[in-house]
Amino acid sequence: MIRDHFRVLKVDLSTGRGQIEEIEGRNTFGGGSGLAALLFSRMGFSDRSWEDPEQPLIFAIGPLTGYFPLMSKVVCAFKSPYHDQYAESHGGGRSALSMRFADLDALVITGKAKRPSCLMVGSRKLEVKDVHYLWGKSVQRTGQMLRRMAGGSGHRSILRIGPAGENRSAMACINVDTYRHFGRLGGGAVMGDKNLKAIVIVGDESFDLPAGKEYVPLFQKIYAQLTETTMMDKYHNLGTPINVAVLNGIKAMPCRNLQRTSDEAISGITGETFAERTLLRNTACSGCPVGCIHLGFVREKFSEPNQYLYRQVTYDHEPIFAMGAMLSVLDAFQVLTLLEIAEKEGLDVMSAGVALAWATEAFEKGLLTEKETLVPLKFGDAEKYGRALKYLGTAANDFYRLLGQGTLKAAQQYGGQDFACVLGQEMGGYATGEVFFISQALGLRHSHLDAGGYSYDQKQKGKDAAHAVEFLVQDEKARVFLTSMVSCLFAREVYKEAVLAECLSAVGYGNLAENVDSVSRRVQQMRWQVRMKTGFDPESVKIPERFKQVVTWKGSMDTNYMDSLQKTYAKRIREMAKLEERSSP
Amino acid sequence: MKILTTPRMERCIGCHSCSLACARLVHKQLSWDKAGIRIRSTGGLSTGFEAKPCLACDPAPCAMACPTGAFSQRKGGGVVVRKKLCIRCEACARACPVDAIYLDLSGEPFVCIHCGRCVEFCPHDCLEMLEVPARATVDDGRKEVRP
Repeated sequence: MIRDHFRVLKVDLSTGRGQIEEIEGRNTFGGGSGLAALLFSRMGFSDRSWEDPEQPLIFAIGPLTGYFPLMSKVVCAFKSPYHDQYAESHGGGRSALSMRFADLDALVITGKAKRPSCLMVGSRKLEVKDVHYLWGKSVQRTGQMLRRMAGGSGHRSILRIGPAGENRSAMACINVDTYRHFGRLGGGAVMGDKNLKAIVIVGDESFDLPAGKEYVPLFQKIYAQLTETTMMDKYHNLGTPINVAVLNGIKAMPCRNLQRTSDEAISGITGETFAERTLLRNTACSGCPVGCIHLGFVREKFSEPNQYLYRQVTYDHEPIFAMGAMLSVLDAFQVLTLLEIAEKEGLDVMSAGVALAWATEAFEKGLLTEKETLVPLKFGDAEKYGRALKYLGTAANDFYRLLGQGTLKAAQQYGGQDFACVLGQEMGGYATGEVFFISQALGLRHSHLDAGGYSYDQKQKGKDAAHAVEFLVQDEKARVFLTSMVSCLFAREVYKEAVLAECLSAVGYGNLAENVDSVSRRVQQMRWQVRMKTGFDPESVKIPERFKQVVTWKGSMDTNYMDSLQKTYAKRIREMAKLEERSSP
Repeated sequence: MKILTTPRMERCIGCHSCSLACARLVHKQLSWDKAGIRIRSTGGLSTGFEAKPCLACDPAPCAMACPTGAFSQRKGGGVVVRKKLCIRCEACARACPVDAIYLDLSGEPFVCIHCGRCVEFCPHDCLEMLEVPARATVDDGRKEVRP
């Protein structure tokens, strides 16, 4: 629905009641990332812990959601159990279109349910349902049972947590429709802390098309670009795992807890191998014809003779990096088996893989014993990792409970901080160099998707910190506008500023269309302001020694350059947060 | 006459582009419900997708059930829809054996008119317009009216 304000459903789990609020700011903040930051600044409590029941869990879509292809993501925002600061995590599946057709620009959940509950919302529905019988159930089982309980098959989204979220692990994800996730920074624990096992969003409303003749042909043009050109081939074909062989080839693939940047046996887990040996089919987020979600299979012999079961597991570059290369598990089927276990537990696979890589090295070095790890962790031993993942998800002992709060927290207690591969949170799958490391360490989401630092490392030869930071800031600004629309970032080559302005204008957001640059800047600043208010100190972020010892195709890391990048970027972040303060009413 | 068929649904990725295209181009709506073709998972996303299309019955039970002539038999199968004649009695949806008719909140029916405009929006070529012989029907000679 095109409207000049935001229509926000605010639900208080402690009462089971909610209300629709009309919030001004469409032309100032757009939606998505901008709307989430706006809502947190109004409804969140910077100075209170993430566990305070009044802290909001926010889901926001944007003005173009559902109106154009690949406008198919939702921004989830919350105070993170990982660092107790403001965080954003993005997810897809059917969630974006379900919110659009539930006629909600945002869903804000506050309070704490008295019993384990499922929140069900739709354009004519609001119910907080007691689902105590689902507590303790895996992500998959929960999904199966909710599919039976909730109506609207095909046109709904089911968000749920597994044991990791129930145990308040800061590595707990929110699973979306089985194969997508709000993966990072512990959104699952926020739900768990609120006694919220699941959210069902039913998209059961329809809207008249925007007035004017521009919309339909513009949709057609963009759809054709996305489907008839080679622009999206990478994602449709091998998918993001195409990066595994490429990064390994240039010595930029984090392997064996980043002890190496390439592995001779990488061919067992490349995108090509996954496609040839394990790929069953592709699937898509609603509203996206690209279909980048790759589903592989694992087959398990559960008894003799010849009794098998099979499971379908989604894979991407980042999960393969975390559960494969980082753990030296170099067999595609073994990687899928580990991913499936992490999925069941409701763990963010990236964080979990990197955490276990650190634990393995700490175990090898004698900092940890089997008393802590419960299994003798060993690089390459997938069976042990499968058991360890269950221990991590269920917080089986004090060690796993602490590890689930973050690798660095465990390292602070047990030692081994120098080889904890943490850049704000557990690292992403790129060991491309100084700019990426600083980009993730200081980026707002601590994500490889905050800005193209990995790309800068590969394209630029010089070591001009000011130039690199300017690139990060400008790239972040462009991405922030995309995630305010809310576009999938894979479409960033299609949705350039001029195209976005055209789209906004065609659906009736002329004001936003004319102010893309200023809105981008404002949202970028607003997000930083919210983050800083919750305690982020970019100067104090420590880059562990392991990152300084990395050797890539370019050679060794330049620690002076890294320091300079951090200082320069930290200064820019502080400037952005201050600018926003001045421009606030 | 051609009818819309869904011969390759095993390829479906669940993007809903077909439904969205039908709603956008035929019904002038932003919707994944108000469309002649709708997609659902066949029991969870892990089992793939199925379409709920009109099978172009001839004779069409929905047309026979319609008391006002809003739905009438289309040559080659399926129905010709005249929205102005519809009294929202919902008899068509009850009569459809394959649940291919969506009723909105007011009871307005949405069904495939076999125009084929969704086909080009399927990125995996799941859909196909199929030539079928036009059989003489009770409604022969009536002109097709699009909603």
